[in-house]
Amino acid sequence: MDEVIRVKGLEKRFGDLPVLRGIDCAIAASEVVCVIGPSGSGKSTLLRCLNGLEDASGGEVFVRGVSVHDNRTDVDALRSEIGMVFQRFNLFPHKTVLENITLAPLSVRGLGLAEARERARQLLVKVDLLDKIDAYPNQLSGGQQQRVAIARALAMQPQIMLFDEPTSPLDPEMVGEVLTVMQALAEEGMTMVVVTHEMGFARQVADRVVFLDEGLIVEEGAPADLFDRPQHERTQRFLRNVL
Amino acid sequence: MEPILWFGWFRADIIAEYAMLFWRGLQMTVTVTVICIVQGTALGLAVGMARLAEARHSPARQLCTYALRWPSTVYVSFFRGTPLFVQILLIHFAVLPLFVNPADGLLISGELARSLKQNYGAFLSGVIALTLNAGAYISEIFRAGIQSIDRGQSEAARSLGMSYRRTMFHVILPQAFRRMLPPLGNNAIALLKDSSLISAIGLAELAYAARTVAGAYSRYWEPYLVISLMYWVMTLGLAYAVRRLEARYGRGDTR
Repeated sequence: MDEVIRVKGLEKRFGDLPVLRGIDCAIAASEVVCVIGPSGSGKSTLLRCLNGLEDASGGEVFVRGVSVHDNRTDVDALRSEIGMVFQRFNLFPHKTVLENITLAPLSVRGLGLAEARERARQLLVKVDLLDKIDAYPNQLSGGQQQRVAIARALAMQPQIMLFDEPTSPLDPEMVGEVLTVMQALAEEGMTMVVVTHEMGFARQVADRVVFLDEGLIVEEGAPADLFDRPQHERTQRFLRNVL
Repeated sequence: MEPILWFGWFRADIIAEYAMLFWRGLQMTVTVTVICIVQGTALGLAVGMARLAEARHSPARQLCTYALRWPSTVYVSFFRGTPLFVQILLIHFAVLPLFVNPADGLLISGELARSLKQNYGAFLSGVIALTLNAGAYISEIFRAGIQSIDRGQSEAARSLGMSYRRTMFHVILPQAFRRMLPPLGNNAIALLKDSSLISAIGLAELAYAARTVAGAYSRYWEPYLVISLMYWVMTLGLAYAVRRLEARYGRGDTR
């Protein structure tokens, strides 16, 4: 098993408030891991620790053997290999769809303009938004914005993709279009960590589901096991409430 | 010259006689204002960023606090907390002579200092004082503008592997700039008007020209009314330019 992410005893406190209280897990190449759990359980914080958007209060995270929170790590280089999709899209409102996608490849990767644009076009075909290439984000629906955000992350050709509740703010009829794109990505063999409330997606697409509560991994396993035969009382209670 | 009376009251001939003086004064006012807007904006950007400087690890963290945040905060506080008029006098009569002095200037001394002081003393002091003053106000505009941009914007850019600097220049500042335009425009207008204070140390700008004319004829309506109109036209022009810029850079903004 080719290990891509290794989390060792990860702890995170915001002031006096412990959010993560010792997380251990490993994620293999091409694995799709869905992280579920009640709000406030630390799911998003865990995800944000994986690419160093959050400092760790204790423990360590290794991505492809590189320590994320080490001072000496070139965190920009590391992040350029890890795509991230946010709950609130965070597209750059002053740039067109095309410019949103080409900005980082141009400035970080030093790609030529023609090549960056060609890559953007291909990605827009993939997320079915080529006709919006010159639109500004505020002219797009939520689902369209999130698909552009996915294309923007993919333009860096990352080896890992992190999704932080990517469909939570979307109207129900737009959830599907985003999940379809994510599923296609999973089938291509992308390593993905997905924080989500979409249990249907987790069951269908995930290789492994991790249930988090109060900053600890309560239970993890294949979707069929975790959803149909949850071992832990806390997991059972959570699943009863959401399913 | 024969007195020319407009409306039986306004001595137009005085203005005509001193037209060149007003013209040169106008040029000086515009020169000082433009220089101070450019320098003040650059200084304001630098100080505004210094006030926001943060780092996670020592020694960079201590450096940010004591070498950047602390001095920039004191600077801004001083120049916003004291009258510009007093700043101009302080710099012209106390600070500048310390550095540029024929006898023992810390920076320039001897004959060069003498001629520099004689020919450009008031100009130099005025530009320095106005730049420092404007920089303090503009830094607050930059700071507020940068802080007003959603944190998700910089998180998105950083997670793409963009450095702090690239994130600033490609993502944060262009958006902040749009929001900063109205206050920056107000600041430019204030700067234009405040440049008249430099006349107190003898710089031959617009207000100085009016004072000269008033002194020569003991007439006050004509010169001061004329320069008032000139200032007014210039501030209207500035306000118009800012509105045009806002329209141009407003694309994609949902607010």
